[in-house]
Amino acid sequence: MLIDFLYHLRSHGLSLSGKEWLTLLTALERGHAACSLSRFYYLARAICCRNELDFDAYDRSFSEFFEGLSGAEAIDSSFEHWLQNALPQRLLSEAERAALEGLDLDEVKRMFEERMTQQKERHDGGSHWIGTGGTSPFGHGGYHPSGIRVGGEGQQHSALQVASKRLFRNMRRDITIDTRQFGLALRKLRQWGREGLASELDLEASIAATAQQAGDIQLVFRPERRNHLKLLLMMDVGGSMTYHTQVCEQLFSAAHQSVHFKEFRHLYFHNCPYDFVFSDMAQQERVWTKDLFAQCDASWILIVVGDAAMNPYELTHPGGAIDYFQRNEEPGLLWVDRFRKHFPLSVWLNPEPSAYWQRPSNQLIRKVFPDMFPLSLEGLEQAIDRLRASPHAAR
Amino acid sequence: MTQTPTFQGTSHYIASAELREIVNVACDLQRPLLIRGEPGTGKTVLARAVADSFGLPLLTWHVKSSSKAQDGLYVYDTVQRLNDSRFGTGDVHDIQRYIKYGPLGKAFRSEQRTVVLIDEIDKADIEFPNDLLHELDAMSFMVFETGETITARQRPVIIITSNAEKELPDAFLRRCVFHYISFPEPDEMREILKVHHPEAEQKLVQQCLQRFYWLREQPEVRKKPSTSELVDWIGALRRAGVDPKILEQEFPFLGVLLKKESDLQALRRVPRKPYR
Repeated sequence: MLIDFLYHLRSHGLSLSGKEWLTLLTALERGHAACSLSRFYYLARAICCRNELDFDAYDRSFSEFFEGLSGAEAIDSSFEHWLQNALPQRLLSEAERAALEGLDLDEVKRMFEERMTQQKERHDGGSHWIGTGGTSPFGHGGYHPSGIRVGGEGQQHSALQVASKRLFRNMRRDITIDTRQFGLALRKLRQWGREGLASELDLEASIAATAQQAGDIQLVFRPERRNHLKLLLMMDVGGSMTYHTQVCEQLFSAAHQSVHFKEFRHLYFHNCPYDFVFSDMAQQERVWTKDLFAQCDASWILIVVGDAAMNPYELTHPGGAIDYFQRNEEPGLLWVDRFRKHFPLSVWLNPEPSAYWQRPSNQLIRKVFPDMFPLSLEGLEQAIDRLRASPHAAR
Repeated sequence: MTQTPTFQGTSHYIASAELREIVNVACDLQRPLLIRGEPGTGKTVLARAVADSFGLPLLTWHVKSSSKAQDGLYVYDTVQRLNDSRFGTGDVHDIQRYIKYGPLGKAFRSEQRTVVLIDEIDKADIEFPNDLLHELDAMSFMVFETGETITARQRPVIIITSNAEKELPDAFLRRCVFHYISFPEPDEMREILKVHHPEAEQKLVQQCLQRFYWLREQPEVRKKPSTSELVDWIGALRRAGVDPKILEQEFPFLGVLLKKESDLQALRRVPRKPYR
């Protein structure tokens, strides 16, 4: 059964090996879960999950797997229906309550199955049949200390309930998390090199120099290892991008906070970059694209953030720019192509899920700018992998 | 390993039942315990609490971006030895004198079982955890300069904290027991506050908790205040003798809770206007 459970977890995308299985077995052998499903839930989670991003998958598969065992899925849907329309709970005297204590789980389960096969109709407030508001051990909204709850809301937190709550749903990998996660992803772009003030002892060179001096000690210093990465971040602002403000801000601040870069520039555009872009979000300060190309050479990495959602003529027609003051003499797509060609190390991050990438403007852009990824943690990682794999990437 | 003492939390550290369980599992299985969680949820303090609870010495290894796995085991002080040989001070023939043990090295050599905290392992280079794999597995390492193999006399309890564990390699994670400390619910928080401010007025605590959780829910606040900030905030309010009623209208000493200028500004203009 444990093996089945691990395979079930694997089918939900947790990468598990025999090692975890053995660890879990050892832990169980040493009496750690002690026959409690909720303790087993935490134990297995601690061993099988690598980070909290796995918790949601774990929760889903745990509730699926153990739900099946409890037999709850065998309940007839008409049962479900009237159990959900419950009568209010009735008050019990101490004596009544005491009489209800002390059924053990196996007995309760056996009785439940027995009664399920016998019962033919809806029942509320009684003490025997499966129903609501009563003292029978079965049903919900009632009182029985060792009963089985069917449908409705429970008060006790059992492992299955904890699992089915899926508290960690918003920690899934495909959902953007926070600035720090972005920052970490960006960190993978580091390009190491030594430059600047010599402050670190170079042991090998010192030994060599000392040997050269016939044992008279010579200390040789070298500069520290530093990151050479130059990053240009271009963001689409305004219009349809307003909905994505938060995620863009996160990426921006992640890049901004990152002290790892040698140089970092950020520029803005509205829908499409043309002969000039902007250095501020309010689009007041112009930066001429040709100046930009002169200042930033092909060793820069370009990350474009935009939803690529606009009227296609903004890309295909001269003067098509959405802002009247732009008066572009050349079509937008040509400028996109120029950016792409000038920066061989470039990716486009789209805050919209890839399911929406069918719009014409998006397809036009992807024709000249094929490396488009969703702006999520996963997408960013893919984008960075693409950049690192590029033949232009610095080693 | 017939009888293992169990971790129950200490008078200064409130551990959830879940966390206590996991700590005990990790100690018993002799696996490193990897702890993740929001900043300020007591990841680092946990090691102190575990050490206190078991009555064991704590060795801390604060990992920095420049840390290397070797630093935790031992460092061979070449420059010192060279210098000594040049100026004729000290016994240069005894290499042992120039081996400086790191936290892990000390723990392995210790006669007594120890608790080792490897704090913020994710700060170091990506390869860092991989370099420790063998040492954590076999609990031994070799000092190349002397040819001596150091094996743990008592396997230490190893607690590792990480803020962004995505960087950690799979092979490393496979060897750890993992726990995520989720942010405490208000009831748990009340217990925690009792430890830090046992004499605080109930009404003040109640009011503070309400405001605190409200603040955490605001999407404009980017750096969410954490437990330690709440503890400081209540301390500040008590010292200033602020009337709990005032809290309904305003946030005195907001700077204790929010450390970022942008968050303070954002809070002043809730609800915020979007860009054009």
